[in-house]
Amino acid sequence: MNTFTLLIGVALMYATPMVLAALGGVISERAGVTNIGIEGMMTIGAFTGAAVGYFTNNPWLGVLAAGLAGGLTAILHALASITFKADQTVSGVAINLIGPALALFFCRLCFDGSAVTEPVNAKLPKLFGDNATGILANLNVDFMVIIAILATVIMWIVLYKTKWGLRIRAVGENPAAADTLGINVEFVRYVCVIISGILAGMGGAAVTLSIVSQFSQTSIAGQGYMALAAVIFGSWLPHGAFLACILFGLAQALVVVLGGGAVSVPSEILAMLPYVMTIIILIFFAGKSRAPKANGQPYIKGKR
Amino acid sequence: MEHNTKPVNAVEMNGIVKVFGNRPVLDQVNLEVEKGSVHAILGENGAGKSTLMNILYGLYQPDGGTIKINGQQVEMKNPSTAIATGIGMVHQHFMLVDVFTVAENIILGQETTKGGAFLDMDKAKQDVLALIEKYGLDVDPDAKIEDISVGMQQRVEILKALYRGADILILDEPTAVLTPQEIDELINIIHNLVNDGKTILIITHKLDEIKKSADKCTIIRRGQYIDTVSVKDVSQSDLADMMVGHQVNLKVAKTLMNPKHVIFEVDDLHARDVRGVEVLKGLSFKIRSGEIYGIAGIDGNGQKELLEAITNMIHVQGGTIKINGKEIQNTTTWNTITSGIASIHEDREKRGLIPDFSVEDNFVLETYMKNPFSIKGLMKQKAISDFAKKQVQEYDIRPNGCEKDLIRGLSGGNQQKVIIAREIANNPDLLIAMQPTRGLDVGAIENIHKTLLDQRDKGKAVLLISLELDEVMNVADTIGVIYDGKIVKEMPQDQATEHEIGLLMAGGSANE
Repeated sequence: MNTFTLLIGVALMYATPMVLAALGGVISERAGVTNIGIEGMMTIGAFTGAAVGYFTNNPWLGVLAAGLAGGLTAILHALASITFKADQTVSGVAINLIGPALALFFCRLCFDGSAVTEPVNAKLPKLFGDNATGILANLNVDFMVIIAILATVIMWIVLYKTKWGLRIRAVGENPAAADTLGINVEFVRYVCVIISGILAGMGGAAVTLSIVSQFSQTSIAGQGYMALAAVIFGSWLPHGAFLACILFGLAQALVVVLGGGAVSVPSEILAMLPYVMTIIILIFFAGKSRAPKANGQPYIKGKR
Repeated sequence: MEHNTKPVNAVEMNGIVKVFGNRPVLDQVNLEVEKGSVHAILGENGAGKSTLMNILYGLYQPDGGTIKINGQQVEMKNPSTAIATGIGMVHQHFMLVDVFTVAENIILGQETTKGGAFLDMDKAKQDVLALIEKYGLDVDPDAKIEDISVGMQQRVEILKALYRGADILILDEPTAVLTPQEIDELINIIHNLVNDGKTILIITHKLDEIKKSADKCTIIRRGQYIDTVSVKDVSQSDLADMMVGHQVNLKVAKTLMNPKHVIFEVDDLHARDVRGVEVLKGLSFKIRSGEIYGIAGIDGNGQKELLEAITNMIHVQGGTIKINGKEIQNTTTWNTITSGIASIHEDREKRGLIPDFSVEDNFVLETYMKNPFSIKGLMKQKAISDFAKKQVQEYDIRPNGCEKDLIRGLSGGNQQKVIIAREIANNPDLLIAMQPTRGLDVGAIENIHKTLLDQRDKGKAVLLISLELDEVMNVADTIGVIYDGKIVKEMPQDQATEHEIGLLMAGGSANE
């Protein structure tokens, strides 16, 4: 029982950054803009969160700033892929290159040339306070987990129960149809890409302000790509992506829990688990789930 | 609002000019449409009629001219302005979201909500059902678009416009995709709409439908305004002449055939469709040099699979296909082409062309690796361009000088001309044309029929597969009726009657 609750707690902790990033992927791709750049936006968020959290001693300000930084980075992607109709994959890859580079640059600038930030004094608060024991201690996740769950619910409601959701999905499926009905395709896409960046940035901060307490160059190591895999595995549904991330989180939790020496599996092999799982899932599910029809295509008026 | 005392035109477009790049598409075009009338816009493919309507709907900005709606001058900045002025448009390529329901598609952009944000689908369905009943547009509001027929999708498009309070409805080639029965239903719907005071604009090149449904007709030719006529005062051939600019023969003028030896022979062919069901069940026929063999029949009796078997896109389970005595079944498409068979497939955008390639590249899809287009494995762009330029001139492919343009941008008739020019350039012994005139206007149809006859008169064999009985009766020398995967009867054209063929096509027998 103890091991099980520990597994769940650790899985939730590791899944949270990916859930936020994957929700970002869902909303961006539902509007028809592929966002490969999630990894880069997460990295920027991870650094900004750690740095602001350190200087202000307030982790919530860190999360806020991380969202802002992610959103600003996303504007670059939106400019390139929506306004200038560039190839969205190329633009996303560029974001993934510029993200870690900017993070490192500002890190050296703010922390006396160091490639890692100073540890923050206050991490994000835990659900059951700092003195929980037993099962509560195992399940004592931080508030980002709650935020990620709330965000999933809110995104589902927005996408399926509101007029904005209807418009977002229409823009991602058939932008020309939306355009002829007076919906501003570019505006909808801008909003969705920026929200995507905000969520990815907050996901990055969830790594540096709750899982660890500082930013280093390996803070974000593929979580953004795993989030993208989760988007596909989850069929571009908010709850689908959420569950997929929980699965990836479980894989990472296994690494942590089993890595303690309970079983004699080399830790290197265990550490590969989440990544191997991502590849296997993509092999078996990428072809089967149906992407939004206009995903990845710039909308050019009048093109038949 | 009624204007009984002083009639005001629902639409007035004056001196509309539109230039794409440096190519004028519309030059000083005028249009006056009376309120409560059905007004047809007639023109060949590429004449500019769709462009004119897209300007009225705010999708394109004119480079000159003015638009008045109900007497008020309006600047159509975008479709929203048009919708607000009471204009609705049903595009030729439907603008629907496939995974949405009918009701969701209709309310998109003008959603019924609770509290300004949350969708109220119950209210939406009620509103939609009210419209459906009022105008007799039978369609299920809960059905998904991808599950309903093309005719129903068109009704959804009409409902979309009505839901937005459209008083002026533009229909772009509304019958191109419909079955004859659906066309009759559409004409009924149009009458219902006009009786309710709506104004209908129909873009078309089908003359019989203009006679059936429209009050007035404006003719546009190559971007020029020609005339506006009262439909009841003119005949179909008058309309055709005005549209094309010269005398058109709606009947094909042809001489008697002079057949010689057998060039092409299909014997006891058996083949299955994609689902594995046998659809060719022992089909046989022969075509001689100097003969056009027409296959008449209702869609889905094996026509598609016959063409796929000949072009080696599917394998056959039995029987032979011979060209000049050589068997080609169950080999490769390349073998079909090099054995002297050229084919015009039904769906040009899928099988005849690469829409995102230029016109000139589409011209050499089968010959790019041959001298002079390629020398030592390197493509010679100059030779390709020269060839394309010559063909564009010879076949009068418009717009002139389009060799470097994407073929996607050409009209259907001109795309078809590119395919035909390319196929005939191979100097084939057998030319197969499946539905070669689908969606084309009378000028283009005349042109294509002439080309088929030219091939025949050069001593080649031609196989025409068409779902339009008129076309087969007009063009073919010998008619074979296909039913349930077999040629059930074969007869010379001059001994065939529409009545008999119609019976055979439906599986009946002339002796009964």
